[in-house]
Amino acid sequence: MSKLSLATVWLDGCSGCHMSFLDMDERLLELAEAVDVVYSPLVDAKDYPDQVDIALVEGAVASVDDEKKIAKIRAHTKTLVAMGDCAITGNVPSMRNPIGPQAILERAYIENVTAQPQIPCVVVPRLLKVVRPIHEYVKVDVYLPGCPPSADTFYAAIKALIKGEPLDIAALTRFGA
Amino acid sequence: MTIEELDQIAASVRTEREQYDHEINVCLGTGCLSQHSDRVKEALAQAVEASGKKVYVRRTGCMGLCAAGPLVLVDPESTLYQHVHASHAETIAASLGGAPVAELQCDLRDHFDQQVHVVLENSGRIDPERVEDYIANDGYRALLTALNDMTPQGVIRQITESGLRGRGGGGYPTGLKWGTVAKAKGDVKYVICNGDEGDPGAFMDRSVLESDPHRVLEGMAIAAYAVGASKGYIYVRAEYPLAVSRLTACLRDARRHGLLGNGIGNTPFNFDVEIRLGAGAFVCGEETALIASIEGRRGTPKPRPPYPAVSGLWGKPTLINNVETLANIAPIIRKGGRWFAGMGSERSKGTKVFALTGKIANTGLVEVPMGIKLREIIEGIGGGVPGGHKFKAVQTGGPSGGCLPESMLDIGVSYDALLSVGSIMGSGGMIVMDDTSCMVNVARFFIEFCMTESCGKCIPCRAGTAQMFTLLTRICTGKGTMDDLALLEDLCSTVKEASLCGLGQTAPNPVLSTLKYFRHEYIEHIEHKRCPAGVCQMEAAEEVHA
Amino acid sequence: MSPVETDVKTLVIDGKEVSAHAGQTILEVARENEIAIPTLCQLDGLSNVGACRLCLIEIKGSNKLLPACVTAVQEGMEVVTSSERLLKHRRTILELLFAERNHICSVCVSNGRCELQSMGQQLGLTHIRLPYRNPDLKVDASHERFTVDHNRCILCMRCVRACAEIEGAHVWDTMGRGINTIVITDLHEEWGESSCTRCGKCVQVCPTGALFEKNKIGADHPKSPDFLPYLNMMREAQ
Repeated sequence: MSKLSLATVWLDGCSGCHMSFLDMDERLLELAEAVDVVYSPLVDAKDYPDQVDIALVEGAVASVDDEKKIAKIRAHTKTLVAMGDCAITGNVPSMRNPIGPQAILERAYIENVTAQPQIPCVVVPRLLKVVRPIHEYVKVDVYLPGCPPSADTFYAAIKALIKGEPLDIAALTRFGA
Repeated sequence: MTIEELDQIAASVRTEREQYDHEINVCLGTGCLSQHSDRVKEALAQAVEASGKKVYVRRTGCMGLCAAGPLVLVDPESTLYQHVHASHAETIAASLGGAPVAELQCDLRDHFDQQVHVVLENSGRIDPERVEDYIANDGYRALLTALNDMTPQGVIRQITESGLRGRGGGGYPTGLKWGTVAKAKGDVKYVICNGDEGDPGAFMDRSVLESDPHRVLEGMAIAAYAVGASKGYIYVRAEYPLAVSRLTACLRDARRHGLLGNGIGNTPFNFDVEIRLGAGAFVCGEETALIASIEGRRGTPKPRPPYPAVSGLWGKPTLINNVETLANIAPIIRKGGRWFAGMGSERSKGTKVFALTGKIANTGLVEVPMGIKLREIIEGIGGGVPGGHKFKAVQTGGPSGGCLPESMLDIGVSYDALLSVGSIMGSGGMIVMDDTSCMVNVARFFIEFCMTESCGKCIPCRAGTAQMFTLLTRICTGKGTMDDLALLEDLCSTVKEASLCGLGQTAPNPVLSTLKYFRHEYIEHIEHKRCPAGVCQMEAAEEVHA
Repeated sequence: MSPVETDVKTLVIDGKEVSAHAGQTILEVARENEIAIPTLCQLDGLSNVGACRLCLIEIKGSNKLLPACVTAVQEGMEVVTSSERLLKHRRTILELLFAERNHICSVCVSNGRCELQSMGQQLGLTHIRLPYRNPDLKVDASHERFTVDHNRCILCMRCVRACAEIEGAHVWDTMGRGINTIVITDLHEEWGESSCTRCGKCVQVCPTGALFEKNKIGADHPKSPDFLPYLNMMREAQ
């Protein structure tokens, strides 16, 4: 059996899901026999490949960049997995929604800065007014809630995805787990 | 007060009337008043006095044809004048005894001839605040007959036989309700008149309370006698100041004449009525919420059972009837249940008052026999859609009702028929829409109404209507997707089936009925980002922080 | 405790024949027979309001769904507590709650000890299909011992009932209507300035992280609302 291609993506999140993914430790080696990691903050690939079997997406959609990325990922992925609460509920990044991005930017780049306080306008992507979970933009195939989902959850879920077996996610994890 | 005394009052009113050659009735209902009909009445009074003619100028309640107000009716000629201004007074006064003033004459025979007035029999004909006027038109005769010649069971039998069903919208058989309260055990029982009319575009109850308040009081007293209650409450919206002031005056008059209070009609029957003002919460039209509000608590509904008939106001058996239901009682007792059952359709008896509004020529109040076709009401009595526009839909039953298309206009108006096509009879609001109305926007309007009027107690109604509003707003602004539409339909079923009270259970009806009959308009908004009626403003999809 | 009734009713719940005293609710009888019906607003020891609508059940022969917490048993009744239709409504109700306010489980004091969170897991909720409403809600930390975070409140009214019915203080009540309803102390005074008796019952009965004791989170903050029936029993015994 040829190996499946796996991508992991980091949108607006804290990378905690990726850390938890790495917490699978030696089980990663076992998974590596079945999948190739083709795109990830953990590997060197710069562009999202044309055909990916499984993509694990961490983080919410918070900027115009995220919006473009998630559309591209969806277009080139067979099974899109929303990984962790930010991707699924908006979670901590969405806590700015009631007050709006301007207040956040001012707090971060002006009020708490002593040298050259200014809101960045180049390189940094423009923020969307509202942070949303990824399923509000694209179709999501599998939801893995948790903040972060535990290594055990990842292991069970990825194994089931590789084998194409059914998966009772609610038995494994929950929001905030 | 005895029946003989009633006869004497009626006779003296007649003698008084015989002194006059003409009577001029001026509508001082809310609609005409807003166009200064009070000034018209004053001017007419001065003009006839100056003319030296023997004319009685009377203040009356609503004559029905609000679109043509201020209305003035001259008797005995039955000449109806429309859009009367105070400056017309002298011309009208001068014409008395001669040819009518042609340019003011309202010639809408069809509008009136097709109606049957039971509830509105006195509206626009009597001075609402003169109990003598009411008595001269057989007022309080039913009450005294019931007290002297009928047992409470006999009264309930007549009501049951009449087939009268609740006019507030539920359509529950009135006789059955009365029977349950009569049988319920309790040292104290209450009768409540529900005048918390809150549907957008509905003003039947307001009009009855303004035009013929004694009729409602009489109905309440008969109901109290039938079920064994001694205390009544009229729950009426504070937004109806005229109705409240007329009711207050009528309560005083009724007490003074011994028609309310202790020992009514020289019998041992005691009954008095208190007015309670509602603060304008739509949900307080729901009976358990209304009871909570009268008790001085937050107006939120409770799960039923227990029904108010068993445990209502302050835990006592309570009869709650709508204004129009109670307004039907006196004529039923006077003429018999069988007479009432002779009108209407198989399972919906009698007549129904409708408030015709929207894109219709003859805006106003109409009373028609049940079973009449929607088309007859809209195209016949209502005069059809004005301005060369095309009829699109009629919304019946307010926010709890549905929008029916042209193809449904030939159904007969009855509780069951309207329910079977996805709408409800409701309290009698009838809003006509033409091709300039967007049905998605209409659904959004009604959901917004339900969202702001939801009490917040149960989750499906509180959060469900808010989510439906969000999804409908997306669709109306061109941001909706087919997924949103599926979600909307999914929410409709949960809000309908899982909500605690009638407000939530019926809130999805405007959405469901527009989806049923006007689905193509939704699709047009979603797939082509276009509002076929040109009502909705499509916005750019981008939501970027600048 | 209600006096023992001699009138026994027999009925069927989920295909199981059970007997009950007249006047018992379907929820009580189901629980006696280890049939779980989800609830959020219901709490033993408080009056039942039938507001959360999670305990809706089907009764054979009727198309209407009835709240088990306030529906009395009847002879020969056939009750279905779990069906596709009921599950769909229960899930949607939970989704409505999650989307209504800012329930950010990961940073909530009640994470791992929240009835809403565990109910979501129990009913297999993995994501919320509805758009999040993200309302701008306040946190009132004016009380020396407790905090109310309206972002987490699901308006179950347990605090209102516990305060009025058990403590007898009626400090908690509600303000506004519909989607804008919030719980308030006194006439919308700050909690710290209110006539609160500091008994803490409201905190114990709160199913989520809306009411919590200061300086305690998660595992340090177990809530034990099960003292209410005991309290009621002891009071009645007096």
